[in-house]
Amino acid sequence: MHDPVLRPVLTASVVLGAAVGVFGISFGVGAVSAGASVAQACVMSLLVFTGASQFSVVSVIGAGGSTLSALSGALLLAARNGAYSLTIGRVLPGSVARRMVAAQLTIDESTAMAVAQREPRAQRTAFWITGLSVYVFWNAGTLVGALIGTSVDPVTFGLDAAFPAGFVAMVWPVLGHRRGRVAAGLGAAICLALIPVTPVGVPILCASLAILVGIPAGHSPERAPGRFPETPI
Amino acid sequence: MSWALVLGLAAGAYAFKLLGFFALGQREIPAVIERCMALIPAALIAALIVKDTIGDGQHLHLDERILGVAAATVAVWRRAPFVVVIVIAAAVTGGARAITGA
Repeated sequence: MHDPVLRPVLTASVVLGAAVGVFGISFGVGAVSAGASVAQACVMSLLVFTGASQFSVVSVIGAGGSTLSALSGALLLAARNGAYSLTIGRVLPGSVARRMVAAQLTIDESTAMAVAQREPRAQRTAFWITGLSVYVFWNAGTLVGALIGTSVDPVTFGLDAAFPAGFVAMVWPVLGHRRGRVAAGLGAAICLALIPVTPVGVPILCASLAILVGIPAGHSPERAPGRFPETPI
Repeated sequence: MSWALVLGLAAGAYAFKLLGFFALGQREIPAVIERCMALIPAALIAALIVKDTIGDGQHLHLDERILGVAAATVAVWRRAPFVVVIVIAAAVTGGARAITGA
């Protein structure tokens, strides 16, 4: 491909996909050590396909949390894809089937790559290439990780620290603005305070109350958030 | 982990993704909802970091994980690639356990 606009998009989406593949491996390892079967880990990546929610579910279930608390927290994290779909839906017309496929690929990475382009044609191309690249790598990574996870002891190799480390990388970009820092600090504090006194999973749900710091309109020139992805996964 | 959870999450997550393509059309989300939704990852992921670093079921438990996550945080701050962050976290945590015999 020699198109000067699309070539960098292609390169970036493959690099991004490869990085996501590593993340997929850590998800696969974590999922099976939290009690999921290889099939469950793979089906989750194929059908759910939104990293933060999948990590959250595995993390809560692995610690002994209830299905309901795991599901609620994960769905809250998945809600932002609804905001992305508003943005992508506008630049991606097409048949019902086409939009249904596009919807499944509407995640942080594909949205970020699409909105970074100027013209609609490049936006659509960036969306599809990135979405498909991430889909392939994420699922391949999950399978590899799930197979590794059944054959190594995660604690011996320190793989239980891989999850929170991945979360640190995910949360880092949102700490760039003040509201993100306040919400993160409050969320962490709520979780810390509730771990000893509530069932597993509940502290994560209650931490979502920290998003209420977004209510005041504020005077800062921050771009209206929500439309654009701020986490890498 | 139950299949109901896997499939329930799949259905719910897909429903959110379909929203903008079909249900909401050209409608705008109120700005206040948008501002709050944008903070969901910050609030929840920060909580997950706390839980996975020093939580152990319903107890707080300081162990080698905190060293690995601290090292990973430095790596993230130094803009290390994702794979390096993960490897550092696992290597420091696993290494510390090997040394302490935990």
